[in-house]
Amino acid sequence: MTGYSSARYAALAARAFILASLVTLLLAMLLAINAAPAAAALDRQAPSTADHEHFEELQGPFASGPEVTEACLGCHTEAAKQLQATTHWTWEYMHPETRQLLGKRHVVNSFCGSVTSNEPFCTSCHTGYGWDDMRQEPPTADNRVDCLVCHDTTGSYWKSPTGAGHPAYELPDPSDEDARQPPDLAQVAQHIGPTSKQNCGSCHFYGGGGDGVKHGDLDSSLINAPLSLDVHMSADGADFACADCHTTSAHSVSGSRYLTTARDTQGIDVPGHTDFSRASCESCHGDAPHQKTKLNDHVDQVACQSCHIPEFARGGVATKTWWDWSTAGRLGEDGEPLRIRDDDGHLEYLSTKGNFRYGENVVPEYRWFDGEVRYTLRSDSLDDSQQPIEINSVKGSHADSTSRIWPFKVMQGKQPYDPVNQHLLVNHVYSADDDTALWSNFDWAKALRAGTEYADQPYSGEFDFVETRMHWPITHMVAPSKDALACSECHSRNGRLAALTDFYLPARDRSVWLDRAGWSAALLVLVGSLAHAGGRIMTRRRRKRS
Amino acid sequence: MKREMIYKRFERFWHWSQAVLIFFLMFTGFEIHGSYQALGFGPAARLHGLAAYALIGLWILAIFWHLTTGEWRQYLPTTDRLGAVVHYYLIGTFTGAEHPFRQTTQAKHNPLQRLAYLSFKLLISPAIWISGLLYLFYNQWPVWLQDSISLGSVALVHTAAAFAMLIFVIAHVYMATMGKTLFSLVKPMITGYEETQEKRAFENHPPSR
Repeated sequence: MTGYSSARYAALAARAFILASLVTLLLAMLLAINAAPAAAALDRQAPSTADHEHFEELQGPFASGPEVTEACLGCHTEAAKQLQATTHWTWEYMHPETRQLLGKRHVVNSFCGSVTSNEPFCTSCHTGYGWDDMRQEPPTADNRVDCLVCHDTTGSYWKSPTGAGHPAYELPDPSDEDARQPPDLAQVAQHIGPTSKQNCGSCHFYGGGGDGVKHGDLDSSLINAPLSLDVHMSADGADFACADCHTTSAHSVSGSRYLTTARDTQGIDVPGHTDFSRASCESCHGDAPHQKTKLNDHVDQVACQSCHIPEFARGGVATKTWWDWSTAGRLGEDGEPLRIRDDDGHLEYLSTKGNFRYGENVVPEYRWFDGEVRYTLRSDSLDDSQQPIEINSVKGSHADSTSRIWPFKVMQGKQPYDPVNQHLLVNHVYSADDDTALWSNFDWAKALRAGTEYADQPYSGEFDFVETRMHWPITHMVAPSKDALACSECHSRNGRLAALTDFYLPARDRSVWLDRAGWSAALLVLVGSLAHAGGRIMTRRRRKRS
Repeated sequence: MKREMIYKRFERFWHWSQAVLIFFLMFTGFEIHGSYQALGFGPAARLHGLAAYALIGLWILAIFWHLTTGEWRQYLPTTDRLGAVVHYYLIGTFTGAEHPFRQTTQAKHNPLQRLAYLSFKLLISPAIWISGLLYLFYNQWPVWLQDSISLGSVALVHTAAAFAMLIFVIAHVYMATMGKTLFSLVKPMITGYEETQEKRAFENHPPSR
């Protein structure tokens, strides 16, 4: 008998060969790993798969914003349609609860008043080009969408303040060396990226006519915020962009001031359990975020913001707290418009706008808030015997389980109204070239006549000024936890919640009668005991003497 | 004369730790009530809760001790010589009369004390405990409870009971100084021993069993 068949030998040889090859391969791989230079680390901050600098379509030159948009839409075919469906575009919001038609297109606010009749100025913050008539829908052409204002990463793109949304295309005054250069549109287009604080802030930090004027919790100090100002947006904190919380889908940005999620009961957003928005604290922090149980016992009735934003306008930028339009129009002795600053350097009076007051490190006012905001629209009648008029009022109460105590900036001032018809008036403040705009003619009668006619608003021809009040929910400028409010800020006789009287708050509330009776009885027993003791001592002495 | 153990070790431990806790609870409690600011509301509230839990624990031990030792009978009310004791505090103590009651291990408390301590245990303390626990667990109230009472009314009861406690403490502390000397009544509460006169002690009728 032979030992192994030849076939058997062949199989063994093959197996040995495979093994040897594998070992060699393994060794080679190990060597290669050690020898190869380290691969360039992925830049996680800019994980885009496209470098727009290389795109032929974006080489320019571009003569206008719409030309850039056309180039963008060549690839991003749905972007314009998506954006045109959002409130950033329509400036219109049908409130599902109050059925009020809101949005910048319709509301009156307590700053500049109405967009209507002041379009080219106000729509410089529209995400489009050329919306110059609020009575019409915004322009429908796809190329009217402004991609760059939200996606510029160079910081060089800026919209002309009076250009109805267009950027400046040429230097307004070539002799002015300090004038800001018009953007190089091709350069900007090649360097687009995700939205940053700068993009959102270019409008939202400057609402109401200047840095920090409107919101109080949104101003340019957030761009380079120290940790103490904002733990989320500070580079020393989470270094968030706005969109990290205000998550977007199809260009629609989450988070609403008209219908706020005042109490998010969904908790932490995880796949399959999400409302597709991180614009609530609970989306990341959950609904039991504290280690101390008693603090967690508060979250059903107190919004996180109420304790964790101890004050707003903390970044060194003052916010406007009072705007009295009634004094506008007064000119200097030389007939020129006045511009008066207060001791802090803030504008105190402008002939164009009237009197102002500002605040820094402002303690918010607190209200029960279920998320629903109702406006006094220009078509709504008001009652001037009940001043201040609520430009908007927030709904909520202790009895309602969806309400929580929220912090607000309360903006106050005086605004023009029709004392006969009892409603707020559309004020025509800006025009480049007519003789009715308040800011160029300083004539209230003309400005209100022009504004109301333009807006087709009933107007008796008489005007006066009514005191108004507007509520702005405070939700940014979250402080480090060590700076959160101490309990006694609210739990004390005259604390921050002194105005909210529809519930029992320990240390604030008490029965005055019980307190009087209790302390009197205790005092009576104490005095009685002392008198009894005194009697005993006296009688004992007398007995000893006798 | 005879030296006799009146207050056993546990009883003294119970009395003094309860005293410390009650003083602390009153101090923190009236701050929570807003009467003054000392520790700050937050620390006061947290410590008030911790002290309350400690007192609840102590009470559970004390109830167990009273039941197993039969000492609970010390608090059975009696009218026997109640009038005499009241008469002593109102008049006798000024005229140099002897206290009409001598304590024994069978009857440590005079009839007035019995009444005072019984109302402490059956009225003030339960009012404090029940309202306090409701207050503490306000957030966990079931719906039917939310619908029937308010935090304000719970706080009202708790505060009223706290005032009753304060008044009890003032009177209790004063009357503890009314012995032969200033500290002669406090001393047995510390050492446990009282020098009793057998003859007088015998006169006291032990409570019926």
